Amino acid sequence: MAELTSRGSGRVAVLKPQVFAWVQDYGVYAAVLALLLFNVLFTPHFLDASNFRTQLVQVTPIVIVSLGMALVIGTQGIDLSVGSVMALAAALTVLYLGYGWLPALIVAVIGGAVMGAAGGALVAYVGVQPIVATLALLVGVRGLANVLVPQLVEFRSPGLIALGSSSVAGIPVIVLIAAALTVIVLFVVRRTTFGRQVVAIGGNRSASELSGLPVKRVLLTVYVISGLLAALAGVLATARLQASDPTSLGLFIELSAITAVVVGGTPLTGGRIRVLSTVMGALLMQLLAATLIKHNLPQSWTQMVQAVIILAAVYATRKRGPDERHGGQ
Amino acid sequence: MSDTAVSETFRREQVSRLLQQHGAVMVLGLLVIVGSLAFDSFATPANAASVVVSSSFLAIIAIGMTFVIISGGIDLSVGSLFVLGGVLAAYGSQYGALVALLLPLAVCGVVGLLQGLVIARTGMAPFIVTLAGLLGVRGLMLAISDEGATTYLVEDRAFAALGQGEIAGLSYPVYITIALALVAMVLLQRTGFGQNVYAIGGNEQAAALMGVPVARTKVQVYVMSGLLAGLAGALNAARLSSGVTILGIGLELDAIAAVVIGGTLLTGGAGGITGSVAGVLLLGVIQSLINQVGSLTSAFQQVVSGVFLALVVVAQRLLSKAQRLT
Amino acid sequence: MRRTDLEPVLEARGITKRFPGVLALDGVSLALRPGEVHALVGENGAGKSTLIKVFTGVYQPDGGELHHRGAPAAFGTPMEAQRAGISTIYQEVNLVPMMSVARNLLLGREPRGRFGVIDAAAMYGEAERVLAGYGVRTDVRRPLRTLGVGAQQMVALARAVSVDARVVIMDEPTSSLEPREVETLFGVIRRLRDSGIAVMYVSHRLDELYRVCDQVTVLRDGRLAHTGPLAGLERLTLISLMLGRDLNEVRTQGLTRFSRDRDGAPDSNPGGREHGNGQGPAPVVEARGLTRRHVLDGVDVSVRPGEVVGLGGLLGAGRTETAKAIVGALPLDGGQVLVAGAPLRARSTAAAIRAGVSLLPEDRKAEGIIPTLSVRENIALAALPSLGRAGVVSEAKIDRVVEIFMRRLRIKAASPHQLVSELSGGNQQKVLLARWLAVRPKVLLLDEPTRGIDVGAKAEVQALIDELAGEGLGVLLISSDLEELVEGADRILVLREGAVVGELSGDEVTEEKIMATIAEQTIAEQTSVEHTAVKQASVEHTAVKQASVEHTAVKQASVEQASVEQTSVEQTSAEQTSVEQASVERTEADPTDVGRSDG
Repeated sequence: MAELTSRGSGRVAVLKPQVFAWVQDYGVYAAVLALLLFNVLFTPHFLDASNFRTQLVQVTPIVIVSLGMALVIGTQGIDLSVGSVMALAAALTVLYLGYGWLPALIVAVIGGAVMGAAGGALVAYVGVQPIVATLALLVGVRGLANVLVPQLVEFRSPGLIALGSSSVAGIPVIVLIAAALTVIVLFVVRRTTFGRQVVAIGGNRSASELSGLPVKRVLLTVYVISGLLAALAGVLATARLQASDPTSLGLFIELSAITAVVVGGTPLTGGRIRVLSTVMGALLMQLLAATLIKHNLPQSWTQMVQAVIILAAVYATRKRGPDERHGGQ
Repeated sequence: MSDTAVSETFRREQVSRLLQQHGAVMVLGLLVIVGSLAFDSFATPANAASVVVSSSFLAIIAIGMTFVIISGGIDLSVGSLFVLGGVLAAYGSQYGALVALLLPLAVCGVVGLLQGLVIARTGMAPFIVTLAGLLGVRGLMLAISDEGATTYLVEDRAFAALGQGEIAGLSYPVYITIALALVAMVLLQRTGFGQNVYAIGGNEQAAALMGVPVARTKVQVYVMSGLLAGLAGALNAARLSSGVTILGIGLELDAIAAVVIGGTLLTGGAGGITGSVAGVLLLGVIQSLINQVGSLTSAFQQVVSGVFLALVVVAQRLLSKAQRLT
Repeated sequence: MRRTDLEPVLEARGITKRFPGVLALDGVSLALRPGEVHALVGENGAGKSTLIKVFTGVYQPDGGELHHRGAPAAFGTPMEAQRAGISTIYQEVNLVPMMSVARNLLLGREPRGRFGVIDAAAMYGEAERVLAGYGVRTDVRRPLRTLGVGAQQMVALARAVSVDARVVIMDEPTSSLEPREVETLFGVIRRLRDSGIAVMYVSHRLDELYRVCDQVTVLRDGRLAHTGPLAGLERLTLISLMLGRDLNEVRTQGLTRFSRDRDGAPDSNPGGREHGNGQGPAPVVEARGLTRRHVLDGVDVSVRPGEVVGLGGLLGAGRTETAKAIVGALPLDGGQVLVAGAPLRARSTAAAIRAGVSLLPEDRKAEGIIPTLSVRENIALAALPSLGRAGVVSEAKIDRVVEIFMRRLRIKAASPHQLVSELSGGNQQKVLLARWLAVRPKVLLLDEPTRGIDVGAKAEVQALIDELAGEGLGVLLISSDLEELVEGADRILVLREGAVVGELSGDEVTEEKIMATIAEQTIAEQTSVEHTAVKQASVEHTAVKQASVEHTAVKQASVEQASVEQTSVEQTSAEQTSVEQASVERTEADPTDVGRSDG
């Protein structure tokens, strides 16, 4: 009964999934390395510290947002509202800046968490599909941000400006914050009960329910975290811009974040969360854009190449191997 | 279960079905009445025309999206295709009206075909495939417009007239939209293709067993969505006399919102054209009403739309629970 | 019978079908003749579904051939089979729930009007006309899902037949029908038969088979166990064919690894073995009057510490549903579950688990394993809250628990970090058992714990059940393997159509008694059907009933006497010591299950 596969095709069938599995696990690291190598060899001034810093600062909001997105996607969900939540955070920050930058930051982050809770409640308790629930938020929250702050507002809060532009040991503070958040999310996913419950629910919801996991509460929490991180990204982006711009801040960042997660090899079908790879995914897309621009290839190329990479990444993370629906009966 | 209980559940089920199918039309009617009573300048022909005209392009896209969503899929690429269609139409207008119309249709149709093939053949999620489509098409649009720097002007008069000509105070695109909606209704309700779309969205496996050509129907649906998005873009270019490269971004989300508000389930298998058109008009009327209240900015429209969308999906969940009889 | 001389319209000749690790069909032959109703029976995993799928073009056979109207045929797709006139009505209604009744009925064959457009009025008219013939009178514009399941089934049947069918295959068509609807269905089946259509009828309700079927084919473990006319085949013989038990061999020593000495326990008190003082402890879990429409009908179950209670019955009798209802995973119309005498108030699995009741679900893939996680994570899943502090898991604690259970259950994995989906079925099952043992339950509900796993693992799981009960754990054992049930359980409740129809304990726990109880007919049916086996079976059953009455009295007495606290203390201490013992005692390795992947 063990040797049922025919011999000739068997080897190919075994080999191919291995290649796919490798690409899924390490493809993004290899791609980042290859791009780095290419740039070191062919791009002038690539190794300048200032260039590195610029790239990192630019990618920071995407990295932070995609950390939350990775958690949501790990539960088989999706969060389209992150860009709008960033805008809301920008609006709230500038509104409450009079009380000092720290209270403003806290209010903004709470606002983001509340929005996440709204989306999470719709998903977990009402049973609305994640796409629609967070689409409603995408539309409504962006509007709310614009109602609160109708146009771009510049500000002069030294504390907030310092948050956005100062560096420690040559590394921008916001990059350090993103790194710290990455470590925290990594810890949550790997070392906490909650983190394990998140992947279990994404991997098999009915088994998780039968195992007594608090499925609804975990789902709600995941969306709250996503909202919270998006809000934080919004505050940091605002601090860097030295202006609050609810109209355009975070537009389409949900697409970049989903791309980062997917390119990092986290399957959209849930049950697996790859935190570092997600960060790598965001870096890859940033590096790609930078490389193409440095070599005088227009933005249009970047987007088309991104499209191809997304398709390739998802194709590689598709369910592989023999069809498991067979067997039995 | 006693007879009275049966008839009671049956009545509740019928009411909820009615609400689901025609809720958007009812709310639309209600809003129009309220608006007319509250604001003198709301129920004027000019205002009505402006709402209808500005809604027509989104309506064309929403018609295609309705097919896609009923089939159980989603199409995120329509916003980009709308822009691409506009740019191609304006570019093509230098070779005459026919090229101006056919070029965007051909290109957008091919994009839809490719997406449909990938979705039907590889089994990849429509969300991701069309997300890649969104990015790729936007890149294509930027590539042919010098990174958005070049705005082609519509050279051909006849083509421009397609977007600007009026009958009885309403421009041609409105009539085109109405015609398309009628054709789409017949397609959906009265042809084998329409039945196939409902069937694969309702239960793909069962549909396959009942002899529905699942893959072919999926491809057809995405081609249709691409064609309609391209057409909407072309008509918009004709109306504006130029292929504007910055409009239409995010339009896919408006279209999805309108379709969902119109009572089409995002899970597929149920919905209709009337609802989607009502959903589009509803968004337009909300905007118009907010404009009537002078003190509110247009951002309020988004807030109201978002809240409304959330209410609709919650209501749909509750209604579909009420309809589940044993 | 009368038409066996006719040429078969559809015939399987030596059909073989393999799936990775499973030989689903092994040289099965059977012939469907026009104007004949042919019953196909067999337990879960016997290969019925696979055979149906071969007939309907869903699967291609690996060996043997199909003959259609005398000529070899191969159906590449379900459509090809349908075009050849083979229609199927699946167990789950396979229509589109949100489309209207009429559109479902006529999908692909809608009446056309002008311009080739569907003529709605004609469509509704035709649908009404067709359905009236099947006793369905309803507004055909309504979405299909708003109909009762019976009516939906009729629509599916009407659709199948109206596609010019020559063969109609029905997979469990009556599983959710009301009695009235069943009558209508039988009327339709007889009509089909009389018009020369071959009907293949799959059901576990033996009464039904005898009422409408002419021929019967029994499958067991992918092989043909019997094929021939149904009339004259005794009911008990049929059941023994299905369950693979030779009536004469039943009494001989079994093959399972259950070693507990049932005879040593006093008949009156099978659960009190460990206590030795003749006093039965109070039930640790007690379900009263579990009721759910169409599924469960006032089921009472109780399990005492150290007792293995078996649930017997054929597929669809409500065994799985009973277990799910107890842990709160199945919404109920009525009934109550008490754990250690206290009612479970929250109807959730989390509450049940906290109270000490855990369910090992029947469907390992869909409801058991988390395929994306490792063996280690899967084992620790349910016990996570207790394996850490302040929400941070303690890797050391997890390692310890995982190591203990991997050793105790002898889970064969490359490492604890191997993906659980890469293990063999038997090892996956052990991982799930470990998951539940790690939460230290008072009662384990085991739904088909040894199905689909290899012989070595099966024996190990059986020995483990024994051992756990010996330590004071209450076990509810659901199994289609009669031998396993008889040798593993102290007491057996037999379910039929959602109700407990018999309770066997002590010496009555035999395969024959179980089969007899399953076979027993309701009085109404006894009068309507003339069959010899009936009387035989019901005589035996009367004895069973008397015995179970006695037993109930005993049970009640013991409930009153025992104290709850006492049992729980005993249980925990027993469990702790046994963990250590287990690893020592069970060192002899079993060579049959070395990391094999049959998934």
